[in-house]
Amino acid sequence: MKNKIVNFFETIGCSWAVPIVKLATGENPKEQGNALFQLLGLPLIAIMLFLGLWSAMAAQVNTSLGTLPGPSQVWAQTVNLYAEHQEERTKEVAFYERQEKRNAKKLEKNPDAKIKVRPYTGKPTFFDQILTSLYTVFAGFLLASIIAIPLGIACGLSDKLYTAVSPLIQIFKPISPLAWLPIVTMVVSAVYVTNDPMFEKAFITSALTVTLCSLWPTLINTAMGVTSIDKDLLNVGRVIRLRWMAQVFKIALPASLPMIFTGLRISLGIGWMVLIAAEMLAQNPGLGKFVWDEFQNGSSNSLGRIMVAVLTIGLIGFVLDWLMVTLQKFVSYDKSVAR
Amino acid sequence: MNTADNIKTLFPEGSGAERSNTGNTENKETTPLVKESYLDISHVSIEFPTQNGPFKALDRVNLKIAKGEFISLIGHSGCGKSTVLNVIAGLLQATEGGVVLESKEVNEPGPDRAVVFQNHSLLPWLTVYQNVELAVKQIFNKTKSKSEMDEWIRHNLELVQMSHALHKRPSEISGGMKQRVGIARALAMQPKVLLMDEPFGALDALTRAHLQDSLMEIQRDLNNTVVMITHDVDEAVLLSDRIVMMTNGPEATVGEVLTIGLERPRNRVALSDNSEYNHYRHEVLAFLYERQRKPDEKIS
Repeated sequence: MKNKIVNFFETIGCSWAVPIVKLATGENPKEQGNALFQLLGLPLIAIMLFLGLWSAMAAQVNTSLGTLPGPSQVWAQTVNLYAEHQEERTKEVAFYERQEKRNAKKLEKNPDAKIKVRPYTGKPTFFDQILTSLYTVFAGFLLASIIAIPLGIACGLSDKLYTAVSPLIQIFKPISPLAWLPIVTMVVSAVYVTNDPMFEKAFITSALTVTLCSLWPTLINTAMGVTSIDKDLLNVGRVIRLRWMAQVFKIALPASLPMIFTGLRISLGIGWMVLIAAEMLAQNPGLGKFVWDEFQNGSSNSLGRIMVAVLTIGLIGFVLDWLMVTLQKFVSYDKSVAR
Repeated sequence: MNTADNIKTLFPEGSGAERSNTGNTENKETTPLVKESYLDISHVSIEFPTQNGPFKALDRVNLKIAKGEFISLIGHSGCGKSTVLNVIAGLLQATEGGVVLESKEVNEPGPDRAVVFQNHSLLPWLTVYQNVELAVKQIFNKTKSKSEMDEWIRHNLELVQMSHALHKRPSEISGGMKQRVGIARALAMQPKVLLMDEPFGALDALTRAHLQDSLMEIQRDLNNTVVMITHDVDEAVLLSDRIVMMTNGPEATVGEVLTIGLERPRNRVALSDNSEYNHYRHEVLAFLYERQRKPDEKIS
């Protein structure tokens, strides 16, 4: 049981929790205390030092919006943003309640009356914007993966195809999202013309930009993963005369899964970075737009709010990466790959 | 005195194994098809294209193998032993000549020529059972029922004494065990010929001895036709009915064929003090280190 818990924590990358578990079960307190200090204490000290330095140095910088906010002001803004979010939610609830009452009254008077249910149109809060960003990045990332994995496998299996597309990959790979954006915006406005749009144009533009930038690491890693499969494993498939599709799904794909996941992990990281820039310019209502709007707004709180957003972006990026590593450990046979 | 003659005078044809006459000692001469040859490798030459023009790895390899015979291919590294095996397996195509198995030409890989690879080549994401299952399901899908397949998988793993680890993954078992599973997978294909590419090369001496003994036991029961590549002179003498010694590459070919007339079952401890056994060892060593000493400088 204890070993299982320890194993679990190690698999999900929370090795700092291991000494706590061991302490709780009464293992050598001195040894475990040392381990705990190493794994948890040292990072905490570093964070404390950073916060101290930040607060000391921020006070020295005077901007047109007042002094640069330190950790305490940023925390105050975090609380503030949360309060705004709560307030907005209560307003929304109240709005729907009013609407329902109104409609109920109408129906009382005349059961055949047409009632309208209008959606709440209050401005999105910071937390809504986080969700929008996550939704957008996953849409773009998913699309990129759907294109990149099959193409990567095909490239890995066929030298000729890889040689053919390799220059294209090399050229498109280093292009900045900011360079793609105008083109994507124009193409989306030209092609995506409907009266009843399922998605906002800004969303599609941002997601597509994420796709264009996060395609390449997965593609290259998948191709590399498939090319570097032990030839004997493929020969096993040939000896038992697996069909082509079975060869791909039973041997090539599982064998290259660790590499594919390494690619996916890099892709998601890039996608998240790209998204913030894309949202700023495309005005997709996510974290990027939040930062941009606060910057344009220029109130005395703006810098603090931007810093909250910056830290949130970092934290979410970290969580996304952790998610991919953990997922990789669970699905791939080679537990030593992602460390 | 010529060594080939030497072997013949010491062990006149037919004295040891009854199949000794299928050997083709003079490889350059075209021998008419021998009636009883089961696996016939005739005039196999192979050229690989390289940047400096074609590289001829094998030159007219001739070998006739009878049913139930255990053949070892021995030679210095780079002499094309693996190439011969891959041609038989159908993984490589001969540039000239070809391989005939039970009067059918071999031109693609198939389960009737199962291969045991040097580095076991088990799929690391499948368990021991699933690794064998993958092959069994593919081959006997139409001829065996589900329960028959299950029984067949378990039976073959039992043969190699791996029943205790059915649900372990390759990373959780030792190198010797992995190779046992590799052998079980090949046996489960019910091959006409079992091809083994240095099956025990990566194992330590004790584990290797264990596996050789297991293989001899299995061989006693199943009497498979086996072609095995080896670097190990003792292994070759202990296991084989005939040892095929290959000349150095490029343009490697069959140098000499030595028929091992030792009685079966063979016991490694008893044999280690047996003069006949030691004579065979001497023959192979003399071929490898006197007549075909590896010219190290020649490697380009």
